[in-house]
Amino acid sequence: MSKIKAENVNVYYGSKQALFDVSIDIAEKEVTALIGPSGCGKSTFLRCLNRMNDVIEICRVEGSIKMDNLELNSRKLDVVRLRENVGMVFQKPNPFPKTIYENVAYGPTIHGIAQSKEEMDQIVETSLKKAALWNEVKDRLDEIGTGLSGGQQQRLCIARAISVSPEVILMDEPCSALDPIATAQIEELIDDLKKEVTIVIVTHSMSQAARVSQKTGFFHLGKLIEFGPTDKIFKNPDNQQTQDYITGRFG
Amino acid sequence: MNSFKKNLLKKRYNAERRFQWYGKIAIGLALSFLAVFMFQIFSKGYSAFQKTWIVTEVHYDKELLLIDAESPSKDDLENADYYDVAYKAMTSLDPGLPEEEDRQLIQMVSYKYEAEVKDLLLKNPDYLGKIVPIKLTASDDVDQVHKGNYPRDIPEENRRVNDYQLQIYDMLNERGDILLEFNISFFTSPDSREAELAGIASSFMGTVFSILVCLAFSFPVAVLAAIYLEEFAPKNKFTDFIEVNINNLAAVPSIVFGLLGLGVLLAVFNLPRSTPLVGGITLSLMTLPTIIIAARASLKAVPPSIREAALAMGASNMQTTMHHTVPLSMPGTLSGTIIGLAQALGETAPLILIGMVAFVNTIPGTPVDPAASLPVQIYIWSESAERGFVEKVSACIMVLLAFLILMNLTAQIVRHKFEKKWS
Repeated sequence: MSKIKAENVNVYYGSKQALFDVSIDIAEKEVTALIGPSGCGKSTFLRCLNRMNDVIEICRVEGSIKMDNLELNSRKLDVVRLRENVGMVFQKPNPFPKTIYENVAYGPTIHGIAQSKEEMDQIVETSLKKAALWNEVKDRLDEIGTGLSGGQQQRLCIARAISVSPEVILMDEPCSALDPIATAQIEELIDDLKKEVTIVIVTHSMSQAARVSQKTGFFHLGKLIEFGPTDKIFKNPDNQQTQDYITGRFG
Repeated sequence: MNSFKKNLLKKRYNAERRFQWYGKIAIGLALSFLAVFMFQIFSKGYSAFQKTWIVTEVHYDKELLLIDAESPSKDDLENADYYDVAYKAMTSLDPGLPEEEDRQLIQMVSYKYEAEVKDLLLKNPDYLGKIVPIKLTASDDVDQVHKGNYPRDIPEENRRVNDYQLQIYDMLNERGDILLEFNISFFTSPDSREAELAGIASSFMGTVFSILVCLAFSFPVAVLAAIYLEEFAPKNKFTDFIEVNINNLAAVPSIVFGLLGLGVLLAVFNLPRSTPLVGGITLSLMTLPTIIIAARASLKAVPPSIREAALAMGASNMQTTMHHTVPLSMPGTLSGTIIGLAQALGETAPLILIGMVAFVNTIPGTPVDPAASLPVQIYIWSESAERGFVEKVSACIMVLLAFLILMNLTAQIVRHKFEKKWS
């Protein structure tokens, strides 16, 4: 079933066009990987899905992006509600310089999700457990989140993202700043999370895309060159450019 | 390695060594200027923290005090006539002195000696009818002689202390009746025309009130302006124009703000002249751009990733700013504010224009009482002819510097202690 349906999305930074007529169907409760060389527009596309491009003043988005028949690219859309439903994990772990507890509790607090302290404690615990961080931090929830290791910080950010039970989580190269062990932990986590949420992940690592995703989209120079089941993209792509990129001939 | 390469390497090392020496010399020069400056002030000013007293005996004679009551009340003591008692206390130092010459003795103590005689009795009512020793504030001339700041060997007609007074002084000094004690009244008394009585209490309080008013006006306005400009305002020609103007405002000479205060606050709004209220508002015009610039810089220094994290969690712009950006920028903003206030602390010109240069011999209790300020006090005293004021100027500078150092130290501590480190 399709969760997000993008049609003819064009993105401009001032007069420079960054995305050309991108149309893509993102399926529910699956991991969709977006790959491609640097500057190909995959992160730009990802940021259209939770309207983070609004922050960039010169950025203009055209076309239609529908999530469950809700038009995302509309002035009338309440971005606060959207972002409650579409969480995001960034390239560099960016926990707030607050305690671990406060980091996870922030989303539920501003969205008024927890009614009581006990409920909040429960949300924090569940989120940290889902992010496979609970056992490591349960005795030091009042320590500053930025004091954790890189991998732990990234898992804390994932816990923060899932604390408001989003339907979609966007991940922008979540492992590029992490070592192989931390990367493996995150990948395992992604595998677990996809039972409940739709995940869109931008990655530079083709092996990672192959490992975690069910669908893969290949971007090049702002265009979506090919999109399909991960197996097919990696084993038997239709397009020559995809073939060349997968086999490491460019990019 | 061939000789050409060796030579090149040697040249490079030499150049670096030379450069380091230039740097060291520059720092040495700056430090020595500072040392000379400090030495000047300290060597001139330290004696102002001491005060000379003349000890004599006073006879609280009921008849001379014109007290009739058998057991006089507080009011009786309050209303008694101390002129004769005080006069006798001084003239008794040299009973042989003809009456028409008595001024010479009276001039050796401050003109307030009668009040000092009265105060002692009011504090100790049981002294009535007794002969007790009393400490009287020495005149600034005797004070300067005792501190060794006044040359004794110039011709008598050029000296403010004549031979007879020196003779009395020497006699008292030999008896141990000249005391040098810590000068409490320098800190507790308001300004006075007499150097021996003048203190910094009024100007100190004036400065404190001015700075508080300045903080109350400039901090909220500046922080709100900075937050709006940095976090909410669209970046366009108009906001660029505002930014340029704020930077220009920071470079406007302070006297211009003084004229503004005079023309607007006093002439249009009729605020009370010579008061810390007007002074503080005028100074806040000056600190405003400084704080805005500091606050914007520290808002800019908050990594965008924190804003993105909050926005991606569904926080509104306002929540992102108030929950994350502003708290994280506060240490920088506060230390910028303190430095801005420290600048305002040393400002003289605008305060002179709005009338805070007036002679004020009361200690202000509120920001709407007339007051001076420390830098203006320095200016006033440095204009005075009496020798006693020379050391007061330096002492006042020391107090001002101590105030400044304290504020800058606070700024440093705030910055280092509370600022988050970004990896």
